[in-house]
Amino acid sequence: MIEMIDVWKTYPNGVMALNGIDVHIEKGEFVYVVGPSGAGKSTFIKCMYRQEKPTKGNIIINGKSLTKLKERRIPYLRRQIGIVFQDFKLLPKLTVYENVAFALEVIEESPKVIRKLVMETLELVGLKNKARFLPDELSGGEQQRVSIARSIVNKPHVVIADEPTGNLDPETAWGIMEVLEEISNRGTTVVMATHNKEIVNTIKRRVIAIDGGRIVRDEKRGVYGYEETPDPVSPR
Amino acid sequence: MRKGVFTGMRKLRTLSRHVKEGFKSLGRNGWMSFASISAVTVTLLLVGVFLLLLLNINAIASQIEDDVEIRVYLDKTTDENGQQQIEKELTGIDRVSDVRFVPKDEGLKELIDSLGDEGEVFASLENENPLPDAFAVKTVKPQDTPVVAKKIEGIDNVNKVEYGKGTVEKLFKVTDTSRNVGLILIVGLLFTAMFLIANTIKITIVSRGKEIEIMKLVGATNGFIRWPFFVEGFLLGVLGSLVPIGLLILAYQFIYEAVSVDLKTVFIQLLPVYPLMFQLAGLLVVIGAFIGVWGSLTSVRKFLKV
Repeated sequence: MIEMIDVWKTYPNGVMALNGIDVHIEKGEFVYVVGPSGAGKSTFIKCMYRQEKPTKGNIIINGKSLTKLKERRIPYLRRQIGIVFQDFKLLPKLTVYENVAFALEVIEESPKVIRKLVMETLELVGLKNKARFLPDELSGGEQQRVSIARSIVNKPHVVIADEPTGNLDPETAWGIMEVLEEISNRGTTVVMATHNKEIVNTIKRRVIAIDGGRIVRDEKRGVYGYEETPDPVSPR
Repeated sequence: MRKGVFTGMRKLRTLSRHVKEGFKSLGRNGWMSFASISAVTVTLLLVGVFLLLLLNINAIASQIEDDVEIRVYLDKTTDENGQQQIEKELTGIDRVSDVRFVPKDEGLKELIDSLGDEGEVFASLENENPLPDAFAVKTVKPQDTPVVAKKIEGIDNVNKVEYGKGTVEKLFKVTDTSRNVGLILIVGLLFTAMFLIANTIKITIVSRGKEIEIMKLVGATNGFIRWPFFVEGFLLGVLGSLVPIGLLILAYQFIYEAVSVDLKTVFIQLLPVYPLMFQLAGLLVVIGAFIGVWGSLTSVRKFLKV
């Protein structure tokens, strides 16, 4: 599903964000990516949907190599990946409905199909009755649900979430996790970068810990593990 | 075949979406749109004024230049044969467009007429015409006059060649300079217009940079993002050109009517209101649309690299 082979990323300003990442994520897996700030989590995630291009190494998503991906093919890659952002990234002047529908307009879906899929998805995230609201009129948790709805409405194989609960209070965060679990249960691969120790330790899933641009720990049913003395287990 | 029809319909639907989005975007960004349209309006008004000035200066200059002709006086002893010979040689000269024979009687009449009241003094000469027969020669381009005149001087039996030497060269200098200055002004103005409008549009789009980024992250292709901006830029340009077109038509009509009578006395005419106004309107709409689209698309380009 997602494979990284010896991936390196050095930013033009000299920051070495990734220093030889090897990882393999199976279809349908739910993976937490943890690590201190500046450890390379975000770069790791951004490389998957090609917002950042690795300086070296190869990434294979869904059997397709991103290294050879042409600039103009990037949009088509992103259509197979749902992305959820910490800051939601909703279009402020569009309603909830329009925001979710946008992901389908982009792939030129017919209005009929769009209506059906959008309403289904809004129901899944529990916002069916707020379809006509503008993002500003919603709470943070609700906005994140819209963002999730947008990421899954075109039924992608992978959902990548970059600290989706980062801006939310704990209670709301749990609600978001329920939605992400539901998505995972439907067979979608979920990769989630997070700082939320409680969530990682409660909903036990595979944990990939990144520090200094390397994977320092990779456990099938891991824990957050940053307050205990980190005991680096060799990767897989 | 069915698939072809299907994708065709899909393209059409997407296109209509882009057009709708372009219109909506104008409304959503109300004040920014207003600012952009105003920028187009002001600059196109200036462009239009200078364009009309330039075109009229050009027309008037041409009218004056067209009056320039070479008068070729023949030796008084030239007989009909020699005269025909000269005519043949004149028509054979490169860049000569028209050769007209002016018999001495007609020459005298023209002279008397051109002198007005004072001409009557010469009226008594009618029986004893001192003028020789002549040819009036016109060149393809008035600017060719001096060169052609020089060539004519070499022809046998030609007594004298006159074309207002000195004065004509000065005239051409004036008309050429005014044309060039006008052209430079227009070009400079167009560049300023493009810069100003593109900048205003850029500001409105920079405020939407985040939107564009989000669109890209959701999987929109560059083309998909660009189309509505194309439509929007086009609309900004076209809407911005309407006011200048209206104002210029009104103003030009007014000026034309006010001035044309006075100008007739000096044998000069402004360009007639129509079709000039249609041409002007078309040109301004095209310039407006072009600048709008150009400004809009160049501004978007920066944000597409996500």
